[in-house]
Amino acid sequence: MPRGFQLMTGSTSEGGRMSNPMATGKVARRQGYRRGIAFALALFAGLLMAIAPAIAADAGLKGTVKDPTSGTGIAGVVITAEGDGFSESATTGADGKWAIALPGEGTYTVSLDTTSLPSGLGLADPERGTTSIDAYSGQIKTILFPLGDGSAPAPDSEAASKWSQIPQLTIDGIIFGIVIALAAVGLSLVFGTTKLTNFAHGELIALGALLTFFFSSIVGLPLVIAIIIAVLASAFIGGWVQNRVLWKQLRMRGTGLIAALVVSIGLGFFLRYFFLFVFGGQTRQFDQFAGQAGIEIGPVLITPKDLIASFVGIILIGLTTYWLLRTKAGKATRAVADNPALASASGIEVEKVISTVWVLGAGLAAFSGVMIGLQSGVSWYMGFQVLLLVFAGTVLGGLGTAFGAIIGSLIVGVLIQLSTLIIPTELKYVGALVVLILILLIRPEGILGRRERIG
Amino acid sequence: MDWLTVFQNSLTQMIGVQAIIYCLAALGLNIQFGYTGLLNFGQAGFAAIGAYAIAVTVATLGWPLWLALFFGILGAIIFALLLGIPTLRLRADYLAIVTIAAAEIIRQVARSVSLNDYFGGSDGISGKYAADWYALNPLPVGIDTALIRFSRNDLWVVINGWTLVAVIVLITWLLVRSPWGRVLKSIREDEDAVRSLGKNVYLYKMQALTLGGVIGAFAGVIFAVAAQSVQPDNYATTLTFFAYAVLILGGAARVFGPVVGSMIFWFLLVFVGQALNNAVKAGYISSSILRPDQVGQIQFMLVGLGLMALMIFRPQGIFGDKKELALDER
Repeated sequence: MPRGFQLMTGSTSEGGRMSNPMATGKVARRQGYRRGIAFALALFAGLLMAIAPAIAADAGLKGTVKDPTSGTGIAGVVITAEGDGFSESATTGADGKWAIALPGEGTYTVSLDTTSLPSGLGLADPERGTTSIDAYSGQIKTILFPLGDGSAPAPDSEAASKWSQIPQLTIDGIIFGIVIALAAVGLSLVFGTTKLTNFAHGELIALGALLTFFFSSIVGLPLVIAIIIAVLASAFIGGWVQNRVLWKQLRMRGTGLIAALVVSIGLGFFLRYFFLFVFGGQTRQFDQFAGQAGIEIGPVLITPKDLIASFVGIILIGLTTYWLLRTKAGKATRAVADNPALASASGIEVEKVISTVWVLGAGLAAFSGVMIGLQSGVSWYMGFQVLLLVFAGTVLGGLGTAFGAIIGSLIVGVLIQLSTLIIPTELKYVGALVVLILILLIRPEGILGRRERIG
Repeated sequence: MDWLTVFQNSLTQMIGVQAIIYCLAALGLNIQFGYTGLLNFGQAGFAAIGAYAIAVTVATLGWPLWLALFFGILGAIIFALLLGIPTLRLRADYLAIVTIAAAEIIRQVARSVSLNDYFGGSDGISGKYAADWYALNPLPVGIDTALIRFSRNDLWVVINGWTLVAVIVLITWLLVRSPWGRVLKSIREDEDAVRSLGKNVYLYKMQALTLGGVIGAFAGVIFAVAAQSVQPDNYATTLTFFAYAVLILGGAARVFGPVVGSMIFWFLLVFVGQALNNAVKAGYISSSILRPDQVGQIQFMLVGLGLMALMIFRPQGIFGDKKELALDER
């Protein structure tokens, strides 16, 4: 195998490996490694486990029946839960809320009595008047019965509205592109400096959103402060600690590139199910700004929270660009991405640069997760859901180039939204992934990549 | 706590249908990743093609099963060509990204509402479409002992499944000892050296990707026949990751690696799951710490950690040869 096939090793570890292969050095390193792991796991677990008791409670069901137009609760609606010899009904209160306590685990059928609804109202989807749910002790499930005027929604007059959708879709696409770009910068920089294709990068996105949810909805901090703390915490835990206890050790062991890739897949898999374990399977909204009304700017509708978040996202991307182009540390980063051996010989501390890149990448990914959370809620699976699109953006722009990643991500974002004009909305991500494959066929080095990178 | 049932279930699953499916998927990966060094992360896509070929051909179109098998193989070959042409000239991780994306494309297309009439949406396709094949079953009864328990139909699937595994293991063994297999191994070790010897590396890689993909499609075929139903979410990336865990556990680039790996993997997975489940039910573990529905999550977390630990500390797996698998320190 050619040397380039190994994970890049920094100057210090390279020297250390050559001059100090003795057992003593290894033992000391191992001990530091173990202590590091224990510390990180304790910190991480402690933080996230704190969420679990707050969520757990008695078994039961709850929900709110709302008027679809005014949004106010409807009183006097009868809801029945049945299952295995158990049957109980609840009537909604003045605020439209209802709750039923369940005797224990099992499968229950929950139904809404449509005759108890006020006249003129019915279920938005008549088939969803009865649902079957699995209940577990220590869990209160929320069940919603969306209401409408009782008839199926009329289909839009498609052809006429298609062209008028373009401005809206473009704006949505740019916002989505910013989300992807924030995550892609870190992925690309880590790849550029260490040649690691990190399949656990999506979990950094989820980590940012989950921590924001923890600090805002469970600790009760204002959302803005929660976001700042969550992004900083993710940058530290997901970036500095992760690099320190895992990837730096692997670089020092001389782990191959492919082995490291598989390790990142295992790590991502573990983290996803860890998130599911502590957070649960539902998609949750942040308490604040959950159902914000949009404001109209010309032909487009945008919620203020999205507008502000995208603005912050653009500033973050701009600052990163400035940092890469104008500061000494940024230049050193580009030098390491270009040629680590030469950078190291020129006196750049490669390991320090890599550590900085991890912290920066994790922080940006965390904010990307916050943006997704603001738009469509927080779930354990959100990171992996966008990871492939992040890869698409990164590859489109050229793996290893930060600017390419930004441009590629914006293109992918706009493309995904605009593609809904032609293909069904549910297949819009498929379109982006097809484009990813086509790009590799035509221009594998990406828009800003250089031919030699892809070997 | 009923230890006997736990053992019975674990042993049954060790040689059960799931073990066969993941063994086949890993056998395919072994040719691609183990011998040729190709990072195919779309094995779930190949399996989905095999499974949907069976379900669509037999259940939807009403054509015979042997024709369905032919379509499954053909589909896998086309899919391999589609993936290989843009990526096999590029570095290994491009193939990883593209294959994982392609497998997701297949899953999302299969579960889409607009193609509901062909693929059945997120519910997939079910029906008694393998009834003809089950009718060939000569066995009078299933098996029910203290150690293993199979129904009559399951036993028929298991016997045929392991026979198929045996045939593929034999083919793999013959292939990797042949000159063709030696070229594959040398591509894994040093592509440029092979190229300088005048070999068409691209062609060999394509052949390896296709062969491994067809074997992966057989995993889907067995899945579809055994369950008599096909659901798109069974072919998510989890299937691929499990197959990698199986392969690396048993030892990549070992003919019997996937077989041993699959058996150990499923024994451990089912054993841990059942033991935890029983412990929660019996009250050894408080349900405030672990709810019964979370046992699966613990299992999955352990798979992730196991894959990481194996790759870091023992990349050659249980029976692998460290020199053979030049993935780690060199």
